[in-house]
Amino acid sequence: MANMAQAIRLALHYGEQNLGVTEIFGEDVGQPLGGVFTATQGLARAWNAPLDERGIIGAALGLAWAGGRPVAEIQFVDYIFNVIDILKLAGNGNWSSGGRYKTPLVVMTPTGSGIHGSMYHSHSFDSIASKLHGMKVVCPSTPLDAYGLMLSAIKSDDPVLFLKPKALLRSKGEEPIPGEPDEKTLHGMIDAPLGDRSKWKPKWPELGEYTVEIGKAKVSHAGADATIVTHGRLAPVCLDVARRFKAAGKGEIDVLDLRSLIPYDWEAIKASVKKTGRVVFVNEETEITNFAEHLIRRLVDECFYELKVRPRLLAGKATPGIGLSPNLEYFTQPQTKDVERVVSELLADPA
Amino acid sequence: MPIPKTPAKGAPEADLYKKLGSAKLLKIHELMVRARLMEERLIKMSKGGDGFFWIGGPGEEAFNVPLGLHVKKGHGLDHDYLHLHYRSAAIVLALGAQPIDSLRQMRSVASDPYSKGRNFVNHYAIPEFNVVPVAPTIETQYSTSIGTGIAQARAKTDAITIVNGGDAGTAEGDFHTCLVWANRPVLPLPILIIVVNNGYGISTATGTQHGEKNISDWAKVFPDMPGKTINGNDVIESWGALDEAFAYIRENRKPYLLEARCSRLYGHSSSSGANRIPETDCIEQLEANLTQRDMAKPDDFKKTWENELAALDKAHKQVQSEPFPDGATIWDDVFADGLPPSYPTKGGS
Repeated sequence: MANMAQAIRLALHYGEQNLGVTEIFGEDVGQPLGGVFTATQGLARAWNAPLDERGIIGAALGLAWAGGRPVAEIQFVDYIFNVIDILKLAGNGNWSSGGRYKTPLVVMTPTGSGIHGSMYHSHSFDSIASKLHGMKVVCPSTPLDAYGLMLSAIKSDDPVLFLKPKALLRSKGEEPIPGEPDEKTLHGMIDAPLGDRSKWKPKWPELGEYTVEIGKAKVSHAGADATIVTHGRLAPVCLDVARRFKAAGKGEIDVLDLRSLIPYDWEAIKASVKKTGRVVFVNEETEITNFAEHLIRRLVDECFYELKVRPRLLAGKATPGIGLSPNLEYFTQPQTKDVERVVSELLADPA
Repeated sequence: MPIPKTPAKGAPEADLYKKLGSAKLLKIHELMVRARLMEERLIKMSKGGDGFFWIGGPGEEAFNVPLGLHVKKGHGLDHDYLHLHYRSAAIVLALGAQPIDSLRQMRSVASDPYSKGRNFVNHYAIPEFNVVPVAPTIETQYSTSIGTGIAQARAKTDAITIVNGGDAGTAEGDFHTCLVWANRPVLPLPILIIVVNNGYGISTATGTQHGEKNISDWAKVFPDMPGKTINGNDVIESWGALDEAFAYIRENRKPYLLEARCSRLYGHSSSSGANRIPETDCIEQLEANLTQRDMAKPDDFKKTWENELAALDKAHKQVQSEPFPDGATIWDDVFADGLPPSYPTKGGS
C-alpha cells in the first residue's frame, strides 16, 4: 500500500495530468528533494520558491486569479502564522468581490505533533484555520482519503487548506488508490533513489479518479455506545482504541473521522450523537478556544435532550509550545492511553 | 519631500506635448477632472451621512490617468493585470469604469458592482479589466502580483502585471517579496512595480522613517530591473516614464520599479479629516501648461468641469434612490459552490 506522502504525490500527478494543475511550489518542493516529506518528488510541475511564505501564498492567490489551479506548500504549518492576512484574503476574495473573483487554490502543509518536532514543528493550526471563513479546510488520516481529498481540493473553486498530519505521512492505509501497483513496484516507480538523482525520472502508474467530497465525514468504526469525533493524527489512534474496546467487550464506539473541518459534517455528528448520547471530541489543538468547543456548544444547543452525559473534549494542553523531550510531548498531546482513559470515563459516566 | 520640477519649455520632455496633441491631452484632462470631482463627491458623501469611511487618491491624477491609458485592458492572460490599492480611482476611470459605481460602493447599496455593499469605497474588483480585488490590507497586493506575473511569464504574450501602492507601505515585507520574486534568475517576472510617494503614511512623514534617498533606489541591487523616480504631478513626465517602463517590460519580460512623487490633496482618508491641503494641484498645473502652449483655452476646461459635475450630480441622485442590500445576502458568495445546508447561520445559540 502507498503511504500518505506517496498518495499525495500520486494525487498531484493526477492533478497535473488531468485537472489543470500547472504550478506546484514551495520551499524545497522542486527536484531533487521534492519536499521535506517527499510529497512532491518527481512531479513535472513542482518548483522551488524563495524562502518566503508571504510570497508563496501571494503567488498562489495571484495565480488563481489568473485562471490557474495552483498548489502551494508551506513547509510546516508552524511557518504559516506570518501569512494569515493573505490567507484571509484568499478566504474572503469571493465574498469581498461580490462573487466576481473565485479563488481555486490549494495550500498544503504538514501539521501537528508526533515526530518530536519541538517548538516549531509540532503546532496544530486547526482552530485558527477554522476562522479563515471562506476557506475550506481538510485533514486526511489515510492515504486513500489524502488522495481523494486532494483531487477534490484541486477541483474546488474555493481555496482549500490541506492539512497533512505529519506523523501519518509515512503510514500506510488499508485500501488501495485506484491504479496503485503493489508496494514494491510503486516504490521502484515513484521514489527517487538515494545518491545522484540527476538522471532519475519517475514512472507513474495509470491512476484512476477518486474523490472524497469536502464536507463529508467517515464512520471509520461503527458502534452504539459512544461517539468519538476526531481527525488527522488521532483518527487512527481512536480507531485502534475502538477496535480494542470492542474486542475486549468494553463497549462499541462510533468513530467519526471528520476529514473536513470547514465545512464540517454536522449531520454526521448529530446522527451519531443521537444514536449514542455520549461523545468525546479528540484533537491536537490546545484546550483554550478549541475548534471542537464550537461543535460541543452546537450539540448542547441542538441535541441537549439526546445527550445522556456531558460532552467531553480531549485536546492538547494550552502551553506556549510542545517540548522536545518525549515525556514533554506525550504529556502535552493526547496519546493512546489518554484516548483509552477518556473513552472509559465516557462509557462509565452515569446517565 | 522634494518633488522634481516640471521640465521647462524646450526640454526633451516638452516634445511629448506635440506627440500627444491637444485632443489626447484634453481627454486626459477630462479623465483627471472626472476622477477629482468623483473623489470630492465621495468625501462629501462620507461627511454628509451618505456613506461611511472615505479613502482615495485625489492629487494622483496626473500619474494615474496616464497609467490607466497605457494598460492593455481586457480579461485574461493576454491582457495586463492590475493589483491596485485604494488610491487608484483615476486608473480605473481611465480604464473605463463609471463614477456611479464608486458612488454605489460609497453608499454601500446593493447595486455596488465591486463588493455588493460589503467593502469600503475605492476597493474595486473588475474582472473585465483584470483588476483583481483591492485589499484593505497594506501592501499585500505586492505579494499577489507575483502570481499573475508568473502566469504571464509562462504565457506567450506581451501582457504585463502592474502593482501600485504607497511609500509608507514599502516598509512591509510584501514590497521586498515582490522585488525578490520578480527578479528570480530562473523566472524573471514582467511586473511594473509602482510606488506612489506622497510623503506620508497617514500622519507619519516618510522622511522620519525611511533612510532611502529614493524608494526606486531599491532597484540598484537587481541588475536587470531599472528604477526611476519621477514627478508624478506632471502629466507629460508621467506619460514619458510610463512609455519607457511599459515598453521595457513588454519587450524584455522583466520588472521595472517606478516611483512617482505625487501630492496628497485631501490627506490620507476620513481618518485624517479628508480636508483640502495646500499642495501642488496637478490639474491646475496641466491647465496652465496647456494654456501656456496654446493647446487649450480656459473655456475648454470650464466646460469639462461643468459637464463632469452635471454627470456626477445625476449619478448621485440615481444612487440615492437605489436600495441597500438585504441582510441575508451576507450568506451569498461565502463559498463559490454555495453554503452547505448545515453551515451554522444563527450567530450563536
